[in-house]
Amino acid sequence: MNSPAQQGHHIVKAFSEELEQLSASVATMGGLAESMISDAIDAIITRDSDLALDVAERDKRIDALQHDVERQIIRLLALRQPLAWDLRVCIAALKISADLERVGDLAKNIARRTRALNEAEPLPLTKSVERMGRLVQRHLHEVLDAYVSGEIAGAVGVWERDDDVDEHYNALFRELLTCMAGDSRLIGPGTHLLFIAKNLERVGDHATNIAELVHYAVTGSELTAERPKGTPLESGAS
Amino acid sequence: MADSAAPAHTAKTVYHSVANTHPVKVAASGVEVFYADKQALHGINLDIQDRSVTAFIGPSGCGKSTFLRCINRMNDTIDTARVAGSIRIDDEEINDRAVDPVLLRARVGMVFQKPNPFPKSIYDNVAYGPRIHGLASGKDELDAIVETSLKKAGLWDEVADRLDQPGNSLSGGQQQRLVIARAIAVNPEVILMDEPCSALDPIATARIEELIDELRENYCLIIVTHSMAQAARVSQMTAFFHLGHLVEYGPTEEIFTNPRDRRTQDYITGRFG
Repeated sequence: MNSPAQQGHHIVKAFSEELEQLSASVATMGGLAESMISDAIDAIITRDSDLALDVAERDKRIDALQHDVERQIIRLLALRQPLAWDLRVCIAALKISADLERVGDLAKNIARRTRALNEAEPLPLTKSVERMGRLVQRHLHEVLDAYVSGEIAGAVGVWERDDDVDEHYNALFRELLTCMAGDSRLIGPGTHLLFIAKNLERVGDHATNIAELVHYAVTGSELTAERPKGTPLESGAS
Repeated sequence: MADSAAPAHTAKTVYHSVANTHPVKVAASGVEVFYADKQALHGINLDIQDRSVTAFIGPSGCGKSTFLRCINRMNDTIDTARVAGSIRIDDEEINDRAVDPVLLRARVGMVFQKPNPFPKSIYDNVAYGPRIHGLASGKDELDAIVETSLKKAGLWDEVADRLDQPGNSLSGGQQQRLVIARAIAVNPEVILMDEPCSALDPIATARIEELIDELRENYCLIIVTHSMAQAARVSQMTAFFHLGHLVEYGPTEEIFTNPRDRRTQDYITGRFG
């Protein structure tokens, strides 16, 4: 997370530089995770097994980046003893990097299932999966923007709209069951698609986690405290 | 970042909400200190809880030591110093003319940055206060006070067999614990510490910090420290002073994870203020 201008600079320049480097590494991880999700969805739509393979290969890079981020944070904690904003940024980066690493794993899993799907006849429901995938990708993009800019409005927006992803998933789940019940030959590919949808739903959950962490880093308070209980969230299943 | 947790500079003190687990021991209200024409403290309002450690932090010259010295009227010893406002210990106004500063300082002990044992034996260093305040009726009782005080200060085991040796023959960390034993010997209620570990190595520092933690059960402790880590380790409450103002006061955990005033954050994170 970029230390916004209002946060000022550390007297020890190297400290500021290390925090900037940490944020840059997390942002790189985020960009990579987002591109993996985006390309995994493309690979489903275009039935492109080479692209799917490429996505799966990229998971190694995201794992390596996560180790790098962890190493940077351990070093910062040991040598700089960050406090207040700095401490929150370090803790958020540690947890966000874990979320992004999981997003990478999920993208890899989607890609592997896509290769299996491409062995079979095309399913009619890939459009629904694409819609859901694009929604999740947009959420991920928005929370990563919020992370980089420190503008929490984008993070709060994603956090409030997580139900949209769940609704997409539930609808897709019902459609797939109906589809498989009607034609037992679709059970194989249908199951793959179901798991892909489930994986996308979990990517959405990670985006929500990241939104909470960005909010915590910037404000020092938990997002849950502000969510009005019992207030129905805006339904965006259009 | 429009939603920054740290608001713009204000003259008002930010008070965090506090669970009052202990009664207020020291209550300061509108405390101002002038050294000749120069105002060193501006309207300090601060309630300090009993049986807890309160840390005063802030850059050099911010007034934290000046305020600490108000609590046992050490500023009386400076001719040009003038103190206004109220400081009450257990509802007794300590700035009343009727209050004898010497007796007050027995109730409010002080430990300084540099250990300052008297040029006397270890025994006499601790026995000095009880003697002049007439707290012991005989040699046996005085012996008991010396032993208890040295035990409470965690020094007894190291000096029990050489009580007649000079206090300044001890190591720096031991001297600081001797000085704490000396303060404890007169049964104080409040113990003020002005950077008590700044001249000590990490092991001696850890001993003093452990001692502070133990003393918290029976005393109200107030510590001035330049070490953010030390304030975080030993205190339950933290007060941040800046340019003679009390900027922010709250539970230590909140001050160090989520300070509300920009100046507090700049100071504890090492940014340009």
